[in-house]
Amino acid sequence: MNNTIKGKAFVYGDNISTDQIYPGQYLDLTDPELVVQHALQGVDPSFIKEAKPGDIVVATANFGCGSSREHAATTLKTAGVGAILADSFGRIFYRNAINLGIPLLICPGIGKVVKRGDTVSVDLTSGKVTDETTGATFQAQPLSDYVMDILKNGGIKPMIKKEYGQ
Amino acid sequence: MHAIEKILAKAAGKKTVTTGEIINCKVDLAGINDLYLQTVRSFFEMGGKKVNDPKKIVMFLDHYAPASTITQADNQKQFREFCWDQGIDLLMDVDQGVCHQILADKGLVYPGMVLVITDSHTTTHGAFGAFGTGVGGTDLAIIMMTGQLWFRVPDIIRINLEGKLPKGVYAKDIILKAIGTLGADYGVYRAVEFTGPVLKELSVSERMALCNMTTEMGAKTAYIQPDEITLAYLKDKVKHDYEIFTTDPGYQYSAEHTFDVTNLKPQLAAPHSVDNVHDVAAYEGKPVNQAFLGTCTGGRLDDIAVAVRILKGKHINPRTRFIVVPASKGVFLEAMNKGYVQALVEAGATFVTPGCAACLGTHQGMLANGETCITASSRNFPGRMGHNQAEIFVASPASVAAAALEGKIVDPTKYLD
Repeated sequence: MNNTIKGKAFVYGDNISTDQIYPGQYLDLTDPELVVQHALQGVDPSFIKEAKPGDIVVATANFGCGSSREHAATTLKTAGVGAILADSFGRIFYRNAINLGIPLLICPGIGKVVKRGDTVSVDLTSGKVTDETTGATFQAQPLSDYVMDILKNGGIKPMIKKEYGQ
Repeated sequence: MHAIEKILAKAAGKKTVTTGEIINCKVDLAGINDLYLQTVRSFFEMGGKKVNDPKKIVMFLDHYAPASTITQADNQKQFREFCWDQGIDLLMDVDQGVCHQILADKGLVYPGMVLVITDSHTTTHGAFGAFGTGVGGTDLAIIMMTGQLWFRVPDIIRINLEGKLPKGVYAKDIILKAIGTLGADYGVYRAVEFTGPVLKELSVSERMALCNMTTEMGAKTAYIQPDEITLAYLKDKVKHDYEIFTTDPGYQYSAEHTFDVTNLKPQLAAPHSVDNVHDVAAYEGKPVNQAFLGTCTGGRLDDIAVAVRILKGKHINPRTRFIVVPASKGVFLEAMNKGYVQALVEAGATFVTPGCAACLGTHQGMLANGETCITASSRNFPGRMGHNQAEIFVASPASVAAAALEGKIVDPTKYLD
């Protein structure tokens, strides 16, 4: 796992639901290469055209609220999102994204300051976040040991496979 | 300790737990919905071959009941085959309805259990004093492999309901008021317990609606202490032994809120956020293209009954369609026996198969660009029930039925004398 992540920011507001991250009409798709085509379609159809691997999604409160659909995490993972930073997250989305190995950091205040297109860097160990375009810095809540362990393993599936694979 | 903490402690094999602690809990029942073929995929990706305990797994084909596309049909085929291969007997096929109502109808939910489903509205089961919570497909696959899952012990907030419920005002109005006051993210990572004298006026159906909607404030789980109303409901349904946990006197909640419902008016959540809550009267006269009654939030017998009270012998507005989705086969059968289906069909209702229907924006009542819907379901996010530019108002079943009748948003109280 790379401890420092750097990418261009895509910035969103409060209560971005999993319906907006991955609209319900595409829920019968299961192949990640198809799922990725609808990433953030309900809030920003340009995201999937512009985002590059390693880019960072930034939001204010309650990003990923609503439905438990893992597609919402899968679509951002497959798009290569390097990290997601928000004031707070919907709890099921939080679990789903961490399980897939996407670093999610609770970073109060960030969504109102960082602008779309700013270059943002994140140090996962210290939780220090820097907007390199403006110089603004933020302190994210450090990840718990258990979550760090999941991320270091590249997601929870390899961990479970190691311990319980039949 | 709180009753919720005692449930979690027992499931984790510990004497005590503390807020914030990460624990591994045995899961009493784990449910998978047909949106989540990823659950089966993750199971095999993690090296799974045989499910840890097939008696503790239940499969629900409810979100696509019945399949509307070949892809949906193929996903459901794979689920059925997985159940047959794994010896999972609790396969709830497309005739059965929404997962949460099925569990209640069949007595599969009981106090003190740990219940995990790939559905965010698993908080519903707090109505029975169970710990119910939603997860994604990979978490559920972990339960299939190991029989357990990790949880962070949540802090617990208390919502105390005082006063006397006025006529025409329901549990849905209470919880909308609470979400509007506290915010859509207030309950994130937390548990919500309801207390107070108003609970004695609320049936199990109404309590389920209350707990169901705590998801819309972000809650991890909900809880109502089982009482004589709960036990009367469970009496002839539940075969499983269960233990009712109670909260220690003097337990310190992380926050407490009191709502006096005596002067509460019918509420709605206006587009496009569940916490954009107002009196129904604030939108009186707004034309609606579709009124939607159903789902795990608002498709129970009580909900259909109130629609019958408002619509029996009348006809809905010709410019409005009225979609009715019984929450389960059990609800549908009871509604037929009582003549409710006849009354509503005669009033112009369109019935669809018990299940999730248009609530998740996939089929059976989708909205076009620029249309307005009033719904007894739970969510009004952009695009939730169809086009991104459709407007969704979340309200009580009574408000939905009254809007179907008049073709516009209207305070339903006048129909409920």
